Amino acid sequence: MATPVLSLRGVTKRFGGLVAVNAMDFDVSEREVVGLLGPNGSGKSTTLNLVSGALPLTSGHISHWGNRISGLPAQDINRKGVSRTFQLVRLLQSMNVRENVVAGAVFGHRRRWGQDAQDHADQLLEKVGLGGKGDMALGQLTYIDTKRVELARTLASDPKVLLLDEWLAGLNPTEMQIGITLIKSLRDEGRTIILVEHVMDAIRSLCDRCVVMAAGTKIAEGTPTQVLSDKEVIRAYLGDDYA
Amino acid sequence: MSLTGTDLRNLCLAILAFGVCALLPFGDNGYWLGLGVTIAMFTTLATSWALFSGPTHYISLATAAFFGVGTYVTGLGIETFPFWALVGLAGIFGAVLAALVGLATLRLSGVYFVIFTLGLAELVRQVITWVQNNTGQKGLYVLTDLDEAGIYWWLLGLAALVFLTGWLIGRSRLGFALRIIGDDETVAAHSGINTARAKVLLFMVPGAVAAMTGAILAPRYVYIEPSLAFAPILSFQVVIMALLGGASRLWGPLVGVIPFTFLLEAVSSNFPNQTTLVIGMAFLVIVYLLPSGFAGLVDKVMHQVKKRETF
Repeated sequence: MATPVLSLRGVTKRFGGLVAVNAMDFDVSEREVVGLLGPNGSGKSTTLNLVSGALPLTSGHISHWGNRISGLPAQDINRKGVSRTFQLVRLLQSMNVRENVVAGAVFGHRRRWGQDAQDHADQLLEKVGLGGKGDMALGQLTYIDTKRVELARTLASDPKVLLLDEWLAGLNPTEMQIGITLIKSLRDEGRTIILVEHVMDAIRSLCDRCVVMAAGTKIAEGTPTQVLSDKEVIRAYLGDDYA
Repeated sequence: MSLTGTDLRNLCLAILAFGVCALLPFGDNGYWLGLGVTIAMFTTLATSWALFSGPTHYISLATAAFFGVGTYVTGLGIETFPFWALVGLAGIFGAVLAALVGLATLRLSGVYFVIFTLGLAELVRQVITWVQNNTGQKGLYVLTDLDEAGIYWWLLGLAALVFLTGWLIGRSRLGFALRIIGDDETVAAHSGINTARAKVLLFMVPGAVAAMTGAILAPRYVYIEPSLAFAPILSFQVVIMALLGGASRLWGPLVGVIPFTFLLEAVSSNFPNQTTLVIGMAFLVIVYLLPSGFAGLVDKVMHQVKKRETF
């Protein structure tokens, strides 16, 4: 098997006595879309935070194309081409829509500056469905549009690995379809994607493979159909009666 | 990046304004020149302070520490070095001290930073006092042939340098990085910004400028001692003036410095014993009524006007 883009081995995160992520092992291959599933509080977002460098690992290691990235600060991981969105949308409030996207283009994996960065931001806004809205203030945007701005910022440094933390949450059915199409187009561009998600439709139509977590531990791994019929997974979500 | 028409116009206006200001010593050599020196001094201090604290929202009370270091550079070296070398040397010392403080504290959150910077001025003052007590020296005489007009021109030159630096930083990646950090440090780090390095680099600017200001003003004091050179009130005055004007714009602090200097002048001549009380009340009024200063007020009004035009 070729070297995986991302590889997690024994990744563990403790907050005091609480083990939020317990000895997670999984690999992500190039151009793969991997869904990270699990009930609330199972450690999905924490796992993503460990990969992106938002939190330091307690033990274990994470490698990117075979090189260790765990222990590096978030900015170095971003510069290697691993970029993320946040569970609760984080935008730069003092800036307009275009500047928010430019912010992602200047310091990251592939760097742009000046007019080049502005043009690039406008192209990305077009791509995520916000064409012509670059001069708008953030306050004028709807919820899905704020998510689009964040995605455009994440894409602005041309990352090879995307970490999407519940990017589809809170969207209505129409917006959901738009969102799914958008993520598919990103995969078709050759990007590798890990997404934390609860929406089953999205998982079925997007993910090549899923990793399911419960209470910080991996309980299942496989195609969406496999894991969604897995006894352990059903027990984790619905309880013993349904397993 | 090239200069736009607006940039050129602003540049010409700024040069013209500095040219006019430079003529002050020819018009008056007493009271007004003295006031001019005070305004030039606080303009350099408050503007350089806002270069860092405006975008990052880190409130630094270290101005007095850097300023004091600068006055002591002049005080100790005036017999040996030419004045211009002392100003440069003070700038280097200030920048190095700022870098050390920055490395130690800028990873901390806001409150710890405020307290540390306040404590820094006190620490340096105590150290110098201790050294003086041990050596039996009391204060330093700074005797030069630099008169009030000379000091004024030096400060004016430094102010021009600060504005130029601020303008260049505003157009640079560093300036943009600082704005991102000020909005959301987590996003900044996840966008590839080395947040600690960016903050330390920019913190060195007010450090260097405050030390240079101190070095230039030392001859005005003639006799310097720690309690004068490291007076903590200076740090607070700079913060109040910058906030009154508005730290979000390059010209903001200047708009705060001028009215506040006149206010301070009026208060200290009419109520010499209640000066601190008035400064404290002014601080409260500014924070409550003008949280973003005059610059914020102007932005708000412009925004309203634009809105009305759209509808």
